[in-house]
Formats: sequence, C-alpha cells, structure tokens
Amino acid sequence: MIRLANVSHDYGGRALLNGIDLHIAPGAFHFLTGPSGAGKSTLLKLCYGELSPTAGEIELFGQPLHSLSRDALADTRRRIGVIHQDCQFLDHLTLAENVALPFVATGRPVPENDLRELLAWVGLAGQADSLPPTLSGGERQRAALARAVMMSPEVVLADEPTGNVDAEMSQRLLSLLVELNRMGTAIMIATHDLMLIRNAKSLVSARVLRIADRQLQSAGVDL
Amino acid sequence: MSDRSPLRALGRARPTPGFGDAARVVPSSGVTTLLTGLTAAAMAFLAVFALALSLSSGQLAQRWSATLSQSATLRISAPPSEIAAQTAAVLEILRTTPGVASTRVLDQDEQRALLEPWFGPDLPIESLALPRLIEITEQPEGFDPVGLRLRLASEAPGAVLDDHTRWRRPLVQAAASLRALAWFSVALIGVMMAAMITLAAGFSLAANAQVIRVLRLVGARDGFIAQAFTRRFAVHAFLGAAGGTALGLLAFAILPVAGDSGFLTGLGFSGTGWLTPLALPPLAAVIAWAATRAAAMRVLKKES
Repeated sequence: MIRLANVSHDYGGRALLNGIDLHIAPGAFHFLTGPSGAGKSTLLKLCYGELSPTAGEIELFGQPLHSLSRDALADTRRRIGVIHQDCQFLDHLTLAENVALPFVATGRPVPENDLRELLAWVGLAGQADSLPPTLSGGERQRAALARAVMMSPEVVLADEPTGNVDAEMSQRLLSLLVELNRMGTAIMIATHDLMLIRNAKSLVSARVLRIADRQLQSAGVDL
Repeated sequence: MSDRSPLRALGRARPTPGFGDAARVVPSSGVTTLLTGLTAAAMAFLAVFALALSLSSGQLAQRWSATLSQSATLRISAPPSEIAAQTAAVLEILRTTPGVASTRVLDQDEQRALLEPWFGPDLPIESLALPRLIEITEQPEGFDPVGLRLRLASEAPGAVLDDHTRWRRPLVQAAASLRALAWFSVALIGVMMAAMITLAAGFSLAANAQVIRVLRLVGARDGFIAQAFTRRFAVHAFLGAAGGTALGLLAFAILPVAGDSGFLTGLGFSGTGWLTPLALPPLAAVIAWAATRAAAMRVLKKES
C-alpha cells in the first residue's frame, strides 16, 4: 500500500534519511524505533505525503507521490489514518466533532452511530461534548486514535501515540491498535518506548524497524 | 437514544442543529470579521455617493444638451437707422429657413431684465444703441446653422447667429468627465475593498494555520478549506455593504441636497436610479469571495 524505494530526505541541507526502502503491506504491524531526532517523524510524514523525498520514489496505493495533485493527495489521506505526536485537534470544536472531522472535511454525512460506537470503543463516550484542551493527555491520545480510524483507513500511522500517557494507558492504546490490526488495518507505530514494543510482541507478530545512521534496519529479536 | 448519549450532549452544546456544519471548522475570529463588515459598510456608503454623482452627471449632461440644443439666439448690431430694416430682413430669412419653429424679437423690457444684474434697474435702455436680440426655437430636427449664416451675411451683415454650440460643448464635456471620474471612484472603492479584504483574509489564514494543517491531515481538499474562509468573508462583506448602502440611500432620502436651480440640481437618485446601489452588496460579496479565495489558494499552495 505504501512503498518507499531508495528514499532520501534532507533537512536544511543536512541528510536525515538516506536510501530508505520500506513496504507497508495490508495487515502488517510495524514498529519504527530509533533515538530522538533520528527521523522517525520524518519517515512517517513521507509515508503520508506531508513531506516529499529529496531522492527516491514513494508510492501511495500504487500511485507515485510526485504524480499526485494536491486534491488527489487529499483523497489519498482519507485512506491513511494519522495519529500525530501532539494530536492536532481543533480546539474550538467538541471532541465528537473533532473525531467526526474527517467526514465533515470531505463533505460527507457523519455516520452518527459509528461515531458513538467509536467513542465508546476508546472509552470517551462521556467526554463527547468536551473541548480538547479540557481533556487529559491519555484522553487526547485516545481521541486522536478514534479520529485516525474514523474513516476506516487501510493503514494507521502513529507517531509516539503513548508519548504523554502512563503505562496503563499506553497498554490500553496498544490493545486498541492491535485490535484494529486484527481487523485487517496495517499499523505503523513510531516510538522509543521499548516496553510498548515488548508488550506488543506478546499480542501480535510485529516487525521492528530501527533508524540508525540515516538508514532503516531491521531490529533483532533481542527486543 | 439515551439521554447520556454523546450526540444528545452534542445537540445541547451547539446552538445550531446539523452535526458536521462545515462552516464551523474555522473558529470565528470576531475582530477580523467585524472589521471586514465595517470596511464593506464604509466602502458601500462611499460608493453610493460616487454612484449618485455618476448618475446625476449623466442626467445633467443630457439636460444641458437637450435644453441648449433646442434654441438659438440671433443678435443684430447695426446703426439705429438700419436696425429696423435688418431686423425685418432677418425675420424674413428665418421665416423661410427649414427647421425653425418660431422666432421672437425680445422687447425692451426683456432686454432690460437681462442687463439688470450688471447695470441695475434704472438703465435708460431707450437711449442706448443696444443690439436687437431674436430668440429662435428650433423644430426637433434643427436647422442648418452654416447655410443660415451664409444667407445672413449677404442680406443682414449686422446679424450674428449663436446656436449655443460653444456653450453646450464644454458643459457636456464637463459633465461627461465628471461622470467618468465618478465611475473611476466606484472602481477605486472596489479595488480598495479587495485590497483590505486580502489583508484581512491573510491575517485570518495565518491565525488559522493550525486549522489548515489539521484539515489537510484528515483529507480535506483545498477547495473545502478555502470555502470555509471565503464563505465567512463573503457573508460579512455582503452584510456590511448592505448596511452601508442602506445608510447611504437614507442620507440621500432625508438630506436636502439642493434647491430647484443651480449646478447641483438633482444630485441624487431618481426613478430606477434608486435601484442601482442595490447592486453594491452582491458586488461586495463577490469581491470578498474572490479576494479571500485568491489569498487562501496562495497560502494553501505552500502547505503540503
């Protein structure tokens, strides 16, 4: 679905990623790890076209990224659910409206039953009319997850989804993502939380990728 | 649906029904939109006056043109001994000139009235060798002034024909320039409004960079994002311009503009002219829409 071939990316003239090959297949479960600043977020942004590679080819659902118009890229994003590190909500809209935003923003009627079920699934039914700034870190992360999966995407890209939450909440978020993966959604989680990766390995067969020296390597089973 | 359900709660939280109202994705920025409305109101108010000037100067040109072109004046300057003979000759020529409807020799009282502003009422007009004046009223098709002058020159050398062309032309030209100036002002007001709304929209887009980023993230197309801004600015420009137009028209309706005579006669709207300013609010909305859309598309092209 998402394929990177020999992709490089520079930040301000400094090479950050070099010769990256990656294929996210349907139903896959990937972890992306590496030290802070190694380029995990950058790699995810390349995967949903927020950044363009300085070299190499990126294919989104069989279409070369550089051949996509802005509207075509917007349409492609409907098939990719993104959980941002800092959640990225619209603070003047309620939680339910934020979760429904992918439908509103693409001019489609909001399936209110699905929305209700989704909020219950992430345990936020009671906070539906709260504004995002009034929510706790864990609630925001779960809301971001709900928004990412609202459109039934084929792949979910999560950037440090457990960044601001305690161990119990991170376990709960992980189990939600694993459940989603069992229903067929490909998942890629960027994290440096090794505990999270270990816990996941007992639940799902996950592949762990590590960014080191600007290259993408398969991390060993030692995790 | 139980009362605890999130959507019931949503319904309470929002004043307007209809979940997923696209207009709400951009937070209302009170000051920017208020200023947009006020700008549109002020511009529309000014445009009403410019329009009034334009329409009135058009009418003025027509009126001057029509009044002056239907009449001419003949002046006979001759020694007192010849003046009666020349007057009779001239009247005979005029009687046989095609296009002349009627002629009238001004009597002494009328001549005294004409001179009164300069010499006062006690002018001994009988003792002065004043030229004789003949007023000519034309038929609608008019007469040939060149042919008439040729005949006059041979038979009544003291007669001078004034068909008012030299008065009429500069007046009509002045009115036409005034009118062009007024239309230029209307256009200028439109350009100024577009410029101001472009600035306001730029500010609003910058203030809502986060909103734009989130909308792109969840798959919104540029058209949708731009529309969220264009709709708001167009609506406020329309409402503001409607208010400004109403105030401008009210001013013309209640203010005493000018009396029955003089240069400013009829400055304002008459008849269907009152309908012309009604085009201002939609025009303001269109200008606001176009300016905002151009600004939004420019900003969006830079985003990923």
